Formats: sequence, C-alpha cells, structure tokens
Amino acid sequence: MELFWYIVLMTMLAVYVILDGYDFGAGIIHLFFAKTEKDKKTITSAIGPFWDANEVWLIASGGVLFFAFPTLYASSFSGFYLPLIMILWLLIFRAIGLELRGQVHNHMWEAIWDKAFGISSLLLALFFGVALGNVVRGVNLGNVVDGVSTHEAHYFFLPLWNPTFSPQAEELGIIDWFTLLLGIISVVALTIHGANWVIFKTNSDLNEKLKKVVFNLNIVLVVLVVISLLIWHIIEPNPFHNFIDKPWLIIFPLITLTGLFGLFKVKTFKKHGLGFLFSSLFLLGGLTSTVASIFPKVLPSTNSINPDLTLYSVAAHEYGLTVGLYWFPVAALLVAVYMFIQYKVFNGKMDDIGYGEH
Amino acid sequence: MEDMLFYDRMQFAFTITFHYLFPQLTMGLSLLIVYFKWKFLRTKLDQYNDAAKFWMKIFALNFAMGVVTGIPMEFQFGTNWAKFSELTGGIIGQTLAMEGMFSFFLESSFLGLFLFGEKLLGHKLHFVTGFLVFLGSWASGYLIIATHSWMQYPVGYEVLENGKFVLNNFGALFSNPWLLPSYLHNQAASMVTSSFVVAAIGAFYLLNNKHHEFGKLFVKTGVIFGLISSLLVAFPTGDLAAKNVVKHQPVTFAAMEGIFETEPGGSEIVLIGQPNMLEKKLDNKIAVPNILSFLTYQDWNAEIKGLNEFDPSVYPTNIPGLYYAYHIMVGLGTIFIGLMLLAVVQLFRKKLYTTKWILWALVFMLPFPYIANTTGWYTAELGRQPWLVYNLLRTSAGASPTVSSGNTLFTLLGFIGLYLLLGLLFLMLAGKIINKGPQLNKH
Repeated sequence: MELFWYIVLMTMLAVYVILDGYDFGAGIIHLFFAKTEKDKKTITSAIGPFWDANEVWLIASGGVLFFAFPTLYASSFSGFYLPLIMILWLLIFRAIGLELRGQVHNHMWEAIWDKAFGISSLLLALFFGVALGNVVRGVNLGNVVDGVSTHEAHYFFLPLWNPTFSPQAEELGIIDWFTLLLGIISVVALTIHGANWVIFKTNSDLNEKLKKVVFNLNIVLVVLVVISLLIWHIIEPNPFHNFIDKPWLIIFPLITLTGLFGLFKVKTFKKHGLGFLFSSLFLLGGLTSTVASIFPKVLPSTNSINPDLTLYSVAAHEYGLTVGLYWFPVAALLVAVYMFIQYKVFNGKMDDIGYGEH
Repeated sequence: MEDMLFYDRMQFAFTITFHYLFPQLTMGLSLLIVYFKWKFLRTKLDQYNDAAKFWMKIFALNFAMGVVTGIPMEFQFGTNWAKFSELTGGIIGQTLAMEGMFSFFLESSFLGLFLFGEKLLGHKLHFVTGFLVFLGSWASGYLIIATHSWMQYPVGYEVLENGKFVLNNFGALFSNPWLLPSYLHNQAASMVTSSFVVAAIGAFYLLNNKHHEFGKLFVKTGVIFGLISSLLVAFPTGDLAAKNVVKHQPVTFAAMEGIFETEPGGSEIVLIGQPNMLEKKLDNKIAVPNILSFLTYQDWNAEIKGLNEFDPSVYPTNIPGLYYAYHIMVGLGTIFIGLMLLAVVQLFRKKLYTTKWILWALVFMLPFPYIANTTGWYTAELGRQPWLVYNLLRTSAGASPTVSSGNTLFTLLGFIGLYLLLGLLFLMLAGKIINKGPQLNKH
C-alpha cells in the first residue's frame, strides 16, 4: 500500500515537472530570447491558459505527500524551511508577473513584470534542481553534533549554505557544488523543454532560432549529465547498486537516454510536438532514475546514528491509505477529463486559434 | 521557544487573514456571476451578460490573488507546524489532499475557459464553465471546513502509542456535527461579502451618475442577495454554529460572551463592555438580562457556565481578543441585516435609487463584511486555543522543532512586505477596473 502511494506521488511529481517545467522554460526563453513585444506575447500565450492548472500539480502533490507520507512532509518541509518559503515567494512573483503585466499599458510596468516572470522562472528551475540534489545527497537527520542527536531522529534543519560549499562537509547546506550542479542541469533541461513547448504551440518568429538553441543546449546537457554521473560516487559510494540489484530499473535511465538523443534531431523534425516529447522523456527519465537510485529511501541520512527515511518509515497508517483508494481514482479520472477538455479546446497553435486577443 | 511559537502563530495568522480576504469574495461572486449569466440566457438582455463580464474582470484579479496567497497556506503546515503535520497528517492530510484533487483542478482547468472562452464556447457552454468554477470554489471551502471541523471537534480517529492520530472512520470526517453549520455559516458570510461589494459598486456608480443602468442592476441584485444572506448568516447557520460551541466548547463560549461568573437564574447578553482580566469582570458593561439564556437554550432562566467553573489551563489563550472578535462579528452582522432591510423596503417602494443616504451607507459598508468574516474566523480560531486539536493536542506541541525564531521572523517579515505589495497592486488594479466600469456590448 505504501508502495502504491509512493508510485502515485512520484507520478504526480513527474507530471508536475513536465507540465510546469515548460512554463519555467518558457519564462527562461522569455527572459533571454524574446526581444520584441510580439515575441513576448507569443511566448506567454503558449502557456497562458495552462500554467495555473499546471501549478495545481505541485499543490496536489503536496497534498498527497501530506496525506500518505506525513512524517516525510513534516520532516522535509521544516528541514528545508528557507528554500521552500523562497520557492513560495518566487511562485508568487511568477504568477503576478503573468497576471498583472497586461493590466496596465505602460512600458515600465510591462518591463517590471516581464523581468519578474522571467527571473522567477529561472530561479525556480534552479531551486527545484537543487532540491532534488538535496534529497539524493541526504541530510544530517536528527541534527547530529559530535555523535549526539540534538533532535528527534527524523527532523533536521539545513541553512542555505555552509562556508565550504561542499557536499561532504560535516555541516551541510542546501546549496553546495553538487546540488548546484543538479540545479544547473535542471535550468538547462527546462530551458530546452520550454523552447520545445514554444516551438510546439506557436508560430513564433523565434522558432527556427529556438531549434538551434535546443540543439546547442542539448550538448551542454549531455556534458553536465556525464559530469554528474562521474562525481556521483562522492555522495553515494555505490551509486548504481540499485540498478545492478534490480535490473528492470534500468528502464528509467533508458528513458533519459532516449530523450537526450532524440533532442539532437530537433532541427529535422517535421512534427513540432516531437521535440517536446523528447524533452518530456528526458525529464521523466531524469527524475525517476534519480529517485530510483536511492529507492526505497526517500531521504538518506548522512550520519551513522540515525537511519535513512524510507517510504515505509514515513507512511501514514494503513486504514487512511486504504480509504484513499476510494476517492483518489475518482479524482484522478476527473482530472484526466479536465485536462482532455482543456487541451482539446486550446488544441493547435495558440496564435492560430486567436488566444489572448479578447 | 516562546518566541518561536509566537512567530509561527503570527505568520500563520497573518498569511491566512490576508489570504481569506480573497476567497470570501471569490466564492460568493462566482455564484452572482453565474446568476447574471443565467439571467442573460433566460432574458437575452445584453445588460446581464455585460454585468457578468464586468464582474468576471474583478473575479479574475481576485482569484489570482487568492491562488498566490493560498499556496503558502498548504506549505506552512509542513514548514512551521511539522509536529502537528506529523501527528495528524494521516487525518487532515486526507481532506487537504482531496481539496487539491477535487477542487483546485476543477477551478484552475475551467477558469481559463471561463475567462477567455466566451467566443470559443458559446453562451451556454460558457455558463457551464462558470458553474464549474463556482462548484470548484465551494467544494474547496467544504473540504477546508471539514479539516477545520476535525480540529474543533475531532471524530473518527484513534491515538496510537507514539502519539499519532490515525483515521478509523472516513465517513465520520464528513458527518461531523461541527461541519455543516460551520460550512453554511461561512458560505452565507461569503455571500454577504460579495453582495455588499456588488451593491457598493452599484451605489458608487449611482452617486457619481456613471453607468446608471448598471448601477441600478448592481444595487438591486446586491441588496436582495445581501438581505437573504445576512439573514442566513444569523439564522439558522450562526445559531447552529454557536450551539455547537455551547455544547462542545463551553469554556470558549463563556469567553466569547464575556461571562466570568455563572449567573444563577439566567445569563444576560452583553452588548458592550471591556473584559478586565485583572479583576475578572467586564468594565463599562451594557447588557440585557436573561436574553443569552433564552437564545442559547430557549429558556429564560437556563444556566450558562462562566469562566469561573473551568480550570485556567484550558482557558482560550487570548480571552479579550476572542471576546472582541465575536462581538464585532455579531454587531456588524446585526447592522448588515438592518441596512439591507431598509434598502429592500426602499427598493419595493421604488425609491431606493434616489434615497441618497442609503446609497452612501452602502458604499461605506464595503469594508465591513470583510471585517465581519475575519473576526468570525478569529472567533473560531482563538476559541480553539490553546489547542490545535481540541482537548487533545496543544498548540505549543505542534510547531516545527528545528526551525528557529530567527528564521521564522525572517520569513514573516518577507510575507508582510510581499503581501503589502500585493495588497497595493490589488487595490490599484481593482480601482482601475471599477473606474472604467462595465462596457456595453458592441454587437
């Protein structure tokens, strides 16, 4: 039962990363590549009716985490206190950037909200990557000092960084060079993803240029991924043990590879959705491979005194999890229907169906 | 440790107070917009469709503010109240996860279609999307109040040896006797806010000689819905909600009403007075004998327990705050009924649009439903103190153990600054929309 909810949660998070990921990516593209008013309008129209619903996947994932794994929710949300609150602030800035820009026609007003939208998208992409890095690196559970836990075994608190920025330091920080590397990978991958979405959903003048951007960034992405794999043993001496013990898990890295190689063909795609498909595969594979590498751990301990948090040690009680089976499938089915309607109505290129001209 | 708890509480109180300024309008206004749209479908009068369109602009802005300030609420259970989340997540996580899955997806998927899809969908389907947004926002309110009700009156649970609360009866969460009165009371109060806002904007137009036809429509709609909802807030929903407090939280009731001593032969109802916590009495009291006993038990001489009968360790933490919150809510609620009654009488005498002082009163009344809603929630929340889960888990036992006061104060200051900015932007943009006014249909 715990495993079922774990799979549900991971699936929801993957959906969130793929969906809101293209919003972040579009924001980054908007920040760096949109020069004219027309470019900006086209890019925001590509995510216009979707981003709000995409963000709900984060809230709903949070809800399922709270309901199915309350101890993990409590431990990680309080332990990662500062970055999470900052993520909230950034989400607020992104939202008001998108919502308020069109309310007043003044170039200063528009410039402020353009930057708010673009910069918060960039930082969110970075922070989510850093967050994933923190989860796989592990934390000092129980805040052990000199061999003694200063808190209950499943609680911790991390400052934003420590002076050495090292993932091997005794006192860890949220940002060290390992988690930062994952953050940068996230920014690059989501930029590619956002570019692919813009190519898919619009007839933007930027599209030909964006295809080149995707191709070039994909080279960077491959290099970064290889580097991260080469240094992974620093945070986990035996990083691939799960894939050797349970060979079927290799499907996740294979998904990642399919996405990575598919993206090199982006310039020749006739169908504009294919690039988006491949970057989605990369994100799906990247996220699932990373969490699979620590499975069944959900938050490793970096000290030898307190045990890792596993999906079994943080789950809610049996009855609650079972009763969730009655309402969750109904809700999930409804969500699928809503999404179908939404993407059906806004099918095709956003500038062709005249979205945003009202 | 004390500081830490204080900042945790302040941050939650501040962010939820600010947040709830928006959904209280969203929920009621969605129903009014659906009403305008429905009138348009029935009468084919363009004015109704234009009215719906105008209010949709306010709605969209308000909704966006509600969403961005709402996300921090769900995060804060974990960030600031980790111990509470760990111990009760198996129960309240259930209703909160349902809120995300059942209502947020519904609202967010159809809001875009509702706001931008009129031409794409045609009027009938557009009405349906509006209805679904309304349904989503009311479902969200329901699941939040189900969560709230469990904290006020826990049901369907057992406590394990390690102190964790686990669910053993899912249905009990929804048949909780606390739930329905609170929900209906809250929804009626949300209708009060939106009706008063609609009436106030209408009166503003009439007094300024702008958008005259819309002014009349808004005033008329606002006062009719305003009277109905003001009455519903008091009776039966407010009455039933208060009876729940009497029955299940008698010490809270005593503090709300300012009863320090049990009065044999029946309790008076206090209209005005300041709680004097040093001498355990009310200063400058104006009260009417025996009314409270009658309202509570329909018996003039029924005995109502005073604070003296309870152990101070279970007293609500802030008795004067609770007392004022409750009295402000009830006082304003009474004024609302009076004003709307006068307005409706004038409406039926066909004199409302020219009775200037009532129009002025409607404009000035605009902030007060917000204050009444807020103090109503303060009554519920301060009344639950010193507990997170009534009688079972103290607030002091629920905060995050590892988050220091310096970090919480940092984020609290950040939220204050950010929300100040949001509030200013909202007022500026709402003012702009209102000043421009509804646009006549061009076709």
